[in-house]
Amino acid sequence: MSEDSLEESRAETEPTLSDGLDRVVEKERRDFLVGVSAVAAGTLAMLAPIGAAVVSLLDPLRREKLSSEMVLVARTSAIPEDGSPRKFTVTADRTDAWAAYDDSPVGAVYLRRSGDEVRALNVVCPHAGCFVGVAKDNSRFSCPCHLSSFDLDGAVDDPTSPSPRDMDTLDVEVRNGDEVWVRFQNFLPGRAEKTPV
Amino acid sequence: MRGMLDWLDNRTGYRALLQGVLYERIPGGARWRYIWGSTLVFAMVVQLITGVVLWSAYSANAQGAWESVWFIQNQMTGGWLLRGIHHYMAQVTIVLLVLHLMQVLIDGAYRAPREVNFWFGLILLQLVLGLSLTGYLLPWDQKGYWATKVATSIASMTPVVGPGLQQLLVGGSEYGHLTLTRFFVLHAGILPAAVALLIVGHIYLFRRHGVTTPKSAREKPDGYFWPEQVLKDGVASLIVMATVLGLVLWSGGAHLGAPADPAEPYAAARPEWYFLFLFQWLKYFPAGWEVIGAQVIPGLVLALVAAMPIIGGWKYGHRFNVGVATALLAGIVMLTWQARVQDSADPEFVAAQAEAEVLAERSSELAAALSGIPVEGGLAMLRADPLTQGPRIFEANCSQCHRFEGHDGLGGQPADPPSASDLAGFGTRAWLAGLLDPERVATDEYFGGTEHVNGRMSRFVQRGVARFSPEVRSDLAKVIMAVSAEGSLPAQVEQDAVQQTEIEEGRALISGEEINCTRCHTFRDQTEGDVGPVLTGWGSRDWMLGMLHDPTEERFYGEDNDRMPSFGAEKILTEDEMGLVVDWLRGDWVRQDSQGH
Ligand code: FES
Repeated sequence: MSEDSLEESRAETEPTLSDGLDRVVEKERRDFLVGVSAVAAGTLAMLAPIGAAVVSLLDPLRREKLSSEMVLVARTSAIPEDGSPRKFTVTADRTDAWAAYDDSPVGAVYLRRSGDEVRALNVVCPHAGCFVGVAKDNSRFSCPCHLSSFDLDGAVDDPTSPSPRDMDTLDVEVRNGDEVWVRFQNFLPGRAEKTPV
Repeated sequence: MRGMLDWLDNRTGYRALLQGVLYERIPGGARWRYIWGSTLVFAMVVQLITGVVLWSAYSANAQGAWESVWFIQNQMTGGWLLRGIHHYMAQVTIVLLVLHLMQVLIDGAYRAPREVNFWFGLILLQLVLGLSLTGYLLPWDQKGYWATKVATSIASMTPVVGPGLQQLLVGGSEYGHLTLTRFFVLHAGILPAAVALLIVGHIYLFRRHGVTTPKSAREKPDGYFWPEQVLKDGVASLIVMATVLGLVLWSGGAHLGAPADPAEPYAAARPEWYFLFLFQWLKYFPAGWEVIGAQVIPGLVLALVAAMPIIGGWKYGHRFNVGVATALLAGIVMLTWQARVQDSADPEFVAAQAEAEVLAERSSELAAALSGIPVEGGLAMLRADPLTQGPRIFEANCSQCHRFEGHDGLGGQPADPPSASDLAGFGTRAWLAGLLDPERVATDEYFGGTEHVNGRMSRFVQRGVARFSPEVRSDLAKVIMAVSAEGSLPAQVEQDAVQQTEIEEGRALISGEEINCTRCHTFRDQTEGDVGPVLTGWGSRDWMLGMLHDPTEERFYGEDNDRMPSFGAEKILTEDEMGLVVDWLRGDWVRQDSQGH
């Protein structure tokens, strides 16, 4: 192209001011739309994997809790007659994620009896979940973690105990004369009311 | 060579990158006080390398975690060293982080424009604490299990979302397989990725702002990162590594407790030492204040520290910050110290710790002796071990009357004096010889506390045996051998095999003229009276199980039974439990040198 013709063509297409403005606005609008579409496309593409991830991670929230059926824990003859507590392992059939276990340990209880009446306490400390122990002389319970102290009925017996409530009592039934059945449950620690986990 | 590097540079621009990384200008030149950041990066790299290799042998499930860590620790070549480095480097990292943070605070290196970088550092500190917390559970031993329960309990106290949060962390309502898979993904995936990202951001911002130079550096000529500062950083990293190696060698490697057991108390549950202050802190909050102590106050303290860059801009703000930080650190040291003092002054804690150690060592020994852990897992293996379970069952069920070497089986002293025989060595020749000793039969070791103290056996020993002639005495020794051999005690079988002739003679003498046990006891097919317990198979596993099952059976004490409960018939103990006590009393357990039973 010669210089002359270049000059000519430029003169022909020389944009007016409003033309330029239009074009800028047009381009901005286009960029905006493209941007929105890009974000939308990206988000849509991620929606399924992130959705699946979140749903899967939240799965434990809708899992069934440990069944709170009555389980056979001991015979009355195994509980000391003098009213001192004895620890018993609670075993039950349970499913842990993919694995089914027969009769495996799920926790422990303290059983005490007076005459024919049997009382059961969950060994887990209502403060923060440690395993409560029995004092050497069988006179009371005490937690080795933050030193909560309970009397033999499981009631907090020292006002400086950090435990917000008494030890958790469990339902007990004596069946067929000497079988001690307990409704084994764990409760949320660190709160005044007894809420099953 | 040169040509190739040129080509590479042309395609990647690596020279400019390297130049930028290495020739960072340091006003006032290289200094020892600038090493902290680099040692932390070094520590992270060490954790990454050791962690990934640990991962290559670790199995994150409730029936594989303890087992695989035991394998790493005891079987894998160099595994103990690998795990030891990972374990102790984690602790050294915390120390380095705190030193780094204190230095930044004291130097005022958090002030504008470095606020964001200070916050990055704070988040890094929390991420590293998170790594420690999640890592503590992974071996799935008693210590990690019970200490982590306290941590997730605290999470559950969060108002409103607490219970849900705990379930998400734990992977359900109870600890199990998913607790491990979830803690593991946090420990080895999410948290390290977050740490890596933040370190990149931290270093980027640090490079952007440059080091905070002390006044003394202003006159000195500038230097470069490479090589002076790198040398200093390298030496510092070497010292860190030497410290860690020293700790590993001094301690013999990272500890592994007994397998986690939801039904077995663990009175020695304590978090790692750098969380002890929080643990101690919780003791001071009475009922109803847990959330305040466990969450609100720590949260506020953290918020205050995060606000320090802003406070630092105010008049006296910097002094305030340094004061607060020092006070916090002092408080943490105080609480930690208090926790330690209280624990070591508590005889029950000390005893619990010693007992935990015994179980830990025994679990490891069992796994080795069985040449691997049975598929049921480490916990089932330990629960089936007479050596450690026997004395517990004895203490709970037998020690009200019996003793074992004068104690309750676990080394304690029951309140009441013994009212039945001491069962240590029951069935051995020595035990039997004691029973037949006129001086000892009526003591607490044997019939002292029982109704049998005035019974026929006691009379026979005190009157009859006391008057035996030397020849009859030597016959009695053979009878003792013969009766004791009925038990086939593991510790005695070899000796019995050697002395077969004496034992044969002894068997004949059991119903002989002089000694004549069969006047009251049944032995094989010979009996006259059948008053005392049967001697056929005396002290054998079956005999003892039978006695435990029901001592009032005719072949044992019949109606002469004193106070011995019928442990089996009345279902006081299960078959397994009786087996464990019997095997323990008979000294029948898996030993390191033998390959199983
Ligand atoms: S867990 Fe029992 S006192 Fe804290």
